[in-house]
Amino acid sequence: MMLSVKNISKNFGGIKAVDGCSFEVKENTITSLIGPNGAGKTTLFNVISGLTAPDSGTIKLLNKKINNLPPYKIAQAGISRTFQLTKVFKNMSIKDNLLIANNTGEDKMKKLLESVYLQKPLNTTASELSYGQQRLLELARALLKPHSLLMLDEPTAGVNPRIRQELKSILKRLRKDGKTILLIEHDMDFVMDISDFVVVLNEGKVLKIGKPKDIAKDKRVLEAYLGK
Amino acid sequence: MILDYFVILMTSLAFYTILVLALNLAVGFTGLINLGHMVFFGIGAYTSAILTTHGIPWYFAFILAGLLASVLGTLIAAITVRLKGEYFAMVTLGLVFIATAISRNWISLTRGALGIPGVPDIIRDNFYYMIFSWAVAGLCILFLYKLTNSETGKVLQAIRDDETAAAILGKNTYFYKVLSIAISTFFAGIAGSLFAHHINFVDPSVFDLEFFIFVISMLIAGGLASLKGSIVGVFGLSIVSEAMRYIVVSPSLIGAVRDIVYVVILIIILIYKPKGIFGKVDV
Ligand SMILES: Nc1ncnc2c1ncn2[C@@H]1O[C@H](COP(=O)(O)OP(=O)(O)O)[C@@H](O)[C@H]1O
Ligand SMILES: [Mg+2]
Repeated sequence: MMLSVKNISKNFGGIKAVDGCSFEVKENTITSLIGPNGAGKTTLFNVISGLTAPDSGTIKLLNKKINNLPPYKIAQAGISRTFQLTKVFKNMSIKDNLLIANNTGEDKMKKLLESVYLQKPLNTTASELSYGQQRLLELARALLKPHSLLMLDEPTAGVNPRIRQELKSILKRLRKDGKTILLIEHDMDFVMDISDFVVVLNEGKVLKIGKPKDIAKDKRVLEAYLGK
Repeated sequence: MILDYFVILMTSLAFYTILVLALNLAVGFTGLINLGHMVFFGIGAYTSAILTTHGIPWYFAFILAGLLASVLGTLIAAITVRLKGEYFAMVTLGLVFIATAISRNWISLTRGALGIPGVPDIIRDNFYYMIFSWAVAGLCILFLYKLTNSETGKVLQAIRDDETAAAILGKNTYFYKVLSIAISTFFAGIAGSLFAHHINFVDPSVFDLEFFIFVISMLIAGGLASLKGSIVGVFGLSIVSEAMRYIVVSPSLIGAVRDIVYVVILIIILIYKPKGIFGKVDV
C-alpha cells in the first residue's frame, strides 16, 4: 500500500475539519478526493504532508508511520505535493525553482518544462509567469522532486481553459506512466474519467469509497453535492 | 591631508560594506528581518577592544570577535527563527536594548558609558590598514558571492519566498535559517572588530538606533538580495553622509537631520525603483 490514512481527525477551534477519516491509496493508481467546498480535503492534504498536526490517527507511507515527522522529512520520505493556491518561489528563476526540487542538469529541466507545456526560458523569473503558468511550474517542481506519491490539490482550478486542457492531458500521461497520485479535483467528468478510485468527503467524514462508476450512482453522494 | 581623509573614509566603507552585506544575507536573501544586527557588530567591536587592551594579540581577538558574535547569533537564532516574521523582528529589536543595558552597566567589563579607549591599531599606517580592511571586505564579498550562488544560497532564497514550499520540497528550513544568521552575525562581528581597531575606541553608542538606521538605509537603497546593490548603497549613502558634515547645522541637530535625509533619499529611490537600485525582491 502506498498510503494509508487511519482515523485522522483535526479540529480548528470548534470546527471538525476532518473527522475520523480513513482511506488508502494503492500503488500505481489515481485516487481522487472529492467533496463540496469546506469538506476537509485540503486539511487532509496538509495533515498528510505534515503541515498540520492531526489531533488523532495515523498515516503510513509505504508501511512506515509518517504522521510524527516534520514536513521536510515527509517530503524526503517520498511525498510530492502542490497547493490549491500555487506556491512558487516568485523572485527566483524557473531554473532555481526546479533546482530546489532536484539539482538535475538544464537539459533534463528543459525536457520537463516541455512535457508540462511551459515553453519559457529557464532564466524567466517566476513572478513574470501568468497564474496558470505558475501552476505548471509548481507541477513541474513536484514532478522533479524524487517521490513515490504525488498529491495534487485542485490542479486545474483558476487557470484558463487552454492550460486546463494541458493539465488534464499531463495527468492522463502520468496515469499511463503508472504514477501513484492522490488528486483533489472538482471537474466531475474528468474525475470519473481519470480515477481508479474515488473517496467522497463530506463535512470532514468519508461518505463513500469506490470505483468511479459506483460513486456516480450513489444517492448520498449526489445529495451531498446537490444539497438536499 | 586630503589623501588621509580619503584613506580614513575608505577604511570605514570597508567595514560598512561587510556589515551591510551580512545584513543582506539575513534580510534580503533569507527573509529574516534581523533588527538586532548591530548587536553582533557591537559584540565584535567590544570583543576586540576588551581582548586587545588586555594584551591579547589582535589576530586572535579579530577571529574571536567574529566567532563570539556568531556563536551568540546562532544560539539566539536557534530559539527565535521559528517565530513568525514580525515577531522575529520584534525579538531581535529587543536584543538591542539588552545589549545597550549590558554595555552601560557591566562596568567591570565594558567601563560603561565611558567606553574603552586605546584600542590598539592592527596596522599603524592608515593606508595599509585601509588595504587590510578591504582585503577582509573582499574575502567577505567573495564568500557571499559563492554562497548566494550555491545550492545552499538558493535554498535560503526559496525560504524567503515561501518557507512552506521549501519544506515540502524536503528542505530543513529551520537549519538553513539558523545557518544564515550564523554566517551573517559572524561577518557583523568581524566588521565590528575592524571598526574598533579603526577608531581605537568603543562605547555603547555602537548599539544606537541611529547607527542602524544608517546601515539599513544603505541596504534598502542598494536593494535587497543584491550584493552589488549593497556595495553601491554603502558608497552612495556614505558620500551623502560625508557631504552633510559640511552643511552647517547645529551639532545637536545633526543626528536627526541625517536620519531625515536618509529617509527622504530612501523614499525617492523607492518611488523610482521600488526594489532599490539593484534589488531582486520587493522591500
Ligand atoms: N487553518 C485553519 N483555521 C481554521 N479553520 C480552518 C483552517 N483550515 C481549514 N479550516 C476550516 O476547515 C474546514 C475544511 O476546510 P478545507 O480543508 O480547506 O476544505 P476543502 O479543501 O475541502 O474545501 C473549513 O470549514 C475551513 O474553514
Ligand atoms: Mg481545498
